[in-house]
Amino acid sequence: MKITVIDYGLSNLLSVQRAFAHSGAEVEVTDSRSKILAAHALCLPGVGAFKDGMEVLDRLMLTDAIQNKAHSGTPLLGICLGMQMLFDESDEFGKHAGLGLIPGRVERIPYSDINGDVQRVPHVGWNALLPQNPRQDFSGTILSSVKKGDEAYFVHSYEAKPADTKYRLANTIYGGREVCAAAQKGTVIGCQFHPEKSGEIGLSIIREYTRFCENI
Amino acid sequence: MDKKIRLISRLDVKNNFLVKGIQLEGLRKMGDPHDFAVDYYKQGIDEILYMDIVASLYNRNNLSDIVLRTTGDVFIPITVGGGLRSVDDVRSILQKGADKVAINTAAIKDEKIITEVAEAFGSQCMVLGIEAKKRRDAAGWEAYTDNGRNHSGKDVIEWAKRGAALGAGEILLTMVDCEGLERGMENELIAEICSEVNVPVIVSGGCGCAKDAVTAANAGASAVAVASILHYKKTTVPALKQEIRDLGVLVR
Repeated sequence: MKITVIDYGLSNLLSVQRAFAHSGAEVEVTDSRSKILAAHALCLPGVGAFKDGMEVLDRLMLTDAIQNKAHSGTPLLGICLGMQMLFDESDEFGKHAGLGLIPGRVERIPYSDINGDVQRVPHVGWNALLPQNPRQDFSGTILSSVKKGDEAYFVHSYEAKPADTKYRLANTIYGGREVCAAAQKGTVIGCQFHPEKSGEIGLSIIREYTRFCENI
Repeated sequence: MDKKIRLISRLDVKNNFLVKGIQLEGLRKMGDPHDFAVDYYKQGIDEILYMDIVASLYNRNNLSDIVLRTTGDVFIPITVGGGLRSVDDVRSILQKGADKVAINTAAIKDEKIITEVAEAFGSQCMVLGIEAKKRRDAAGWEAYTDNGRNHSGKDVIEWAKRGAALGAGEILLTMVDCEGLERGMENELIAEICSEVNVPVIVSGGCGCAKDAVTAANAGASAVAVASILHYKKTTVPALKQEIRDLGVLVR
């Protein structure tokens, strides 16, 4: 299985590349529009600011290429900023439009927790992955190897808020509030946490995504 | 909210060797830093912190090769510090697989680098390193440069606030006087700094047991870096984490 990792200059590409290679996938890292249009499976990693990320995608003429691929059913995994860019809009450094592939918006993590006490932002660290429906588990999703409460590594100052809970694949709890940890609409999936930096749990998610892509 | 901390393994590197000193002096060679990082990863450490401790003296960071090797085997966040002086230096080490950079000396020389790095790679990538020593002549703590060798004249608390305002996403507070002694950290300083900044604070220097980590967490630290107790095999990552949990602080 070849995973095409989109290089737009803002990511820890090497770690993503190595995590996919570890899962047995073939990895292609590219910023080429034609290669992305020809891809069987995509990954949009990302570290940095939303506005910069979208500006670079626009400049490289990748925005509509990614949208077209996603609309035609090519699997797409967004990680961290890459996940946030899947949504309609973000508040980071002013309002900016995203890829619009999952309905919802991206907002600042509040500076106070549910009790009104000061909350540290960014949210940095390992935190539990919980299914949207607490009576269910993650079976049938790319998180199928994750047990409720297994922890993944998060680092973010903004959080995605899907327009409908049906797009929420996993949540985590920060400051007493539910934060969207993973989202999915069809073959478009986003992880707010970094699977490539979440140890064995993260590697198993990368493996499951690779398997998911093989079965499409 | 329940207290939760990250446990970070700090690996000080000099000329490709893992070293350990006391108060950042009297360094002892321990072995290949990569092997230690892989061992701690397998044991369940939450993050790795590589520090090139002679880099700022020579104006360069020599950790590229080590970081490149480590990212092939270690799938948790890696922070790299020591001798990083520009956005280009940072970009270069990030391309080798580092996730965050810790910058001390260059930020004290010219604070603009904090904002430049935060704007180029995000605040989460920019960790402000502060090497603190208690002032002998007056109240408070002073920030040092060049691995605890040179005075900056800056007050640690004011500098931490300034750094966070300029875009640092985390503070790495090294308490030089406590470093390597395994007798606990300066909890008064930790409490003060954590009440003044709202970015996560990683504390480093002096953690000798689970109780020290728990005391730091209760003072407000978000993460505790440990070195000698793991390097000298006085404990293991799972044992330390279990003791931290038993003392009422959450840890992965």
